[in-house]
Amino acid sequence: MTASIVAAILLAVIAAYACGGGVDYGAGFWDLLAGGAERGKRVRWLIDHAMAPVWEVNNVWLIFAFILMWTGFPVFFQTVFTALWLPLALAAVGMVLRGAGFALRKPTRGIAGRRIYGAAFAVSSLLTPFFLGTAIGAVASGRVAPGTPATAHVWAHTTPIVAGLVTVAATAFLGAVFLTADARRFGAPDLTAYFRLRARIGAGALLAIAVIGLTVTEPRAAYVHHGLTHGAGLALLCAAAAALVVTALLVAGAAAGWARYSSVATVALLVAAWGCAQRPYLVPTSLTVQQGAGASGPLRWMLVVAVVALVLIGPALVVLYRLDTHGALQPLTDDDVAE
Amino acid sequence: MTTTAHLLADAPAQLLPARELMAFTLATHIILVPLGVALPFITLVMHHRGLRSGDPVALLLARRWSAVMAVQFAIGIVTGTVLSFEFGLLWPGMMGRWGDVFGLGFGIEAWAFFLEAILIAIYLYGWRRLKPWTHFWLGVPMPLAALMGAFGIIAANSWMNTPRGFTLDASGRPVDISVQQAVFTPMFGPQYWHFVVAMFLTAGYVVAGVYAVGWLRGRRDRYHRLGFTVPFTLATVLTPVQFLLGDNITRKIFHEQPVKFAAAELVWETGTHVPEYMFGRLQEDGSVKGGLKIPQLDSILAGFSPDTRVTGLASVPADERPTATQATIAHWAFDIMATIGSVLILLALWYAWCWWKRRDLPQSRWFFRCAAVAGAASLVTVECGWITTEVGRQPWIVYQNMRVAEAVTPTPASSLWIMFGLVVVVYVLIFGAFLGVLLTMRTRWRLADEDSARARDGAPEADTPYGPRRPAPAGAPGARPGPGSTR
Repeated sequence: MTASIVAAILLAVIAAYACGGGVDYGAGFWDLLAGGAERGKRVRWLIDHAMAPVWEVNNVWLIFAFILMWTGFPVFFQTVFTALWLPLALAAVGMVLRGAGFALRKPTRGIAGRRIYGAAFAVSSLLTPFFLGTAIGAVASGRVAPGTPATAHVWAHTTPIVAGLVTVAATAFLGAVFLTADARRFGAPDLTAYFRLRARIGAGALLAIAVIGLTVTEPRAAYVHHGLTHGAGLALLCAAAAALVVTALLVAGAAAGWARYSSVATVALLVAAWGCAQRPYLVPTSLTVQQGAGASGPLRWMLVVAVVALVLIGPALVVLYRLDTHGALQPLTDDDVAE
Repeated sequence: MTTTAHLLADAPAQLLPARELMAFTLATHIILVPLGVALPFITLVMHHRGLRSGDPVALLLARRWSAVMAVQFAIGIVTGTVLSFEFGLLWPGMMGRWGDVFGLGFGIEAWAFFLEAILIAIYLYGWRRLKPWTHFWLGVPMPLAALMGAFGIIAANSWMNTPRGFTLDASGRPVDISVQQAVFTPMFGPQYWHFVVAMFLTAGYVVAGVYAVGWLRGRRDRYHRLGFTVPFTLATVLTPVQFLLGDNITRKIFHEQPVKFAAAELVWETGTHVPEYMFGRLQEDGSVKGGLKIPQLDSILAGFSPDTRVTGLASVPADERPTATQATIAHWAFDIMATIGSVLILLALWYAWCWWKRRDLPQSRWFFRCAAVAGAASLVTVECGWITTEVGRQPWIVYQNMRVAEAVTPTPASSLWIMFGLVVVVYVLIFGAFLGVLLTMRTRWRLADEDSARARDGAPEADTPYGPRRPAPAGAPGARPGPGSTR
């Protein structure tokens, strides 16, 4: 019972990272496609301002997910990190380049320096979610099992790669939706139109890749495929698709702010559908939640920690996002640090 | 020599690159930790001073330090995330077997860190639009969250030093886990306080060092004076405290991890009347080459009496203790840390003497030279303290329960070497860029100060903190000219 609750929390944290981190990765994705230094100037300006106050917070969800994995399900953690060494190592390197690129671009003045940091940020915004998605796809496809050695066979296959592409499409979709609302918030109507178009392209791409992914699923992924096409998994998937369509419609009008919620719902429902389809396995079909669960004492304490975290972090997070969306958070300008 | 060769032959090939990679990423991350833990506090002290007495110089310093905090915190998050990846990528054996026993500390660390990230975001970006005191009070929990995060990390590390809170079943797996015992292990208290004080002390000396350099270059205005005095005073108050805490943790190691103590002090044979070695190199046969030998002192330091019995390295089999090289590394790290700590006490006394006598900073240029070096020196002590505790624990990753070799990933050594190379290149670039950004910021601020000093001609500051400011430069869309930006 405790293990199931912790597994559900883990899934919720992954969903939170997919949404929070996903928006940031998506912003990086559009940064990559924004064009040259002159043409992409305004787009990058918006991305910088929209992401700056929240990207660090969004990144911490991932650390949370890892800790829940190794405390709650140590064998699962060991299995995943042994079998999926390469994609996870590449994701880690991508994460370094991305964070450093973004953090260092802001205070850099020279155009050449900004270009290099910007490129590091943008390219790794594409690669990191791809490899993280691939890792999730590899787990879902049943190619990973306790004791599986790290070979390309584990992740260089249809399902993992489609999962990687779905992740990238989801981040691009989320990023564009949020940036549409941000453009309005920062008073840049031309960018609203710019990102509205991209939000729709992202939605279309996500839908297309997801449908293709479902149709080309290989035999090894049969368990999760069955879960996604029957019962609760299918219902969640349909709800995700509905939320996607709603978002594409909402983003057009004055309610672009609401589109943010429906886009988050889309991605969260996708993650929920995956978790539901995989039940009761951590690693289909070799390790169930019960088998992989760590000792019961620490598991119960993890619940306590999660509740404390919810009580402390929840309000703080609400304050942060409220202040941010109300324009109370603004970077220090040169005037602020000049005498 | 034969034992070393034997031990190396037994170790899996991927052990060396895995260990080097972990050491490298930790050694670089730890440089950022003092500022991450203590800079918010130092900034808030300055901020409070500025708000309470309406001091624009103090507020300017606080704003600039928070701009440094922004860059530093971002890089710290990045290198910290890499570490959590590396637990899985390099040491899956440890996490698979012990993750549930000692993982809770990390759980606490994660939410504390989460909270800190949120609070820092609000603090950094709240300067312009929030009300002054609201802004300050929203920042106040930052240091508390940092202390909580340190609690989690040190709980995990001290557990690796003195693992408790479990029993082993017939197959050697941990069962009957007691979370309280696993968090509050014998080494936890000494390690935690030693660490926290080290962080505040180091951050104080590092920040003060920057202004000491400016002072030496002739910039003797109130700005530099304040920027130096506040962090330096904090650091000097903590220096003697740290000396006592250092003594306390060493004695705790003597009781709880006798083999690590033997490595740090180069004790080979168990016995009484053990001499103290300052530096020197341990040989395979147990003799010590070089160094300064002080008879009886080690026994006296360990138990206040020359009759104190000190356990030696030879008391355990060769494969359960650090090698001669590792012992020498731990010993040197320990001695360098202790030496620098002692010298810093002299510096603190110098400062205290002048303040007591004249209510003023010391006049001597040598004082400021030493103060400028103290920042770098205390960073060295942080590295040395970490080396002592990690290398001194070898060959155990979980003291007396799991060897580093048993925890390492099965990934081939070649892949790990490639990743190591990649990480080194990336980190060198990042840290180079980080330093470059800080130096550029400093130069820009100095130029801005000189410009405004020229332009101002004795007039009050053009932009008062939280007050009306000049409109944002043209061409920055969305800067929202109007009432919003002038509040």
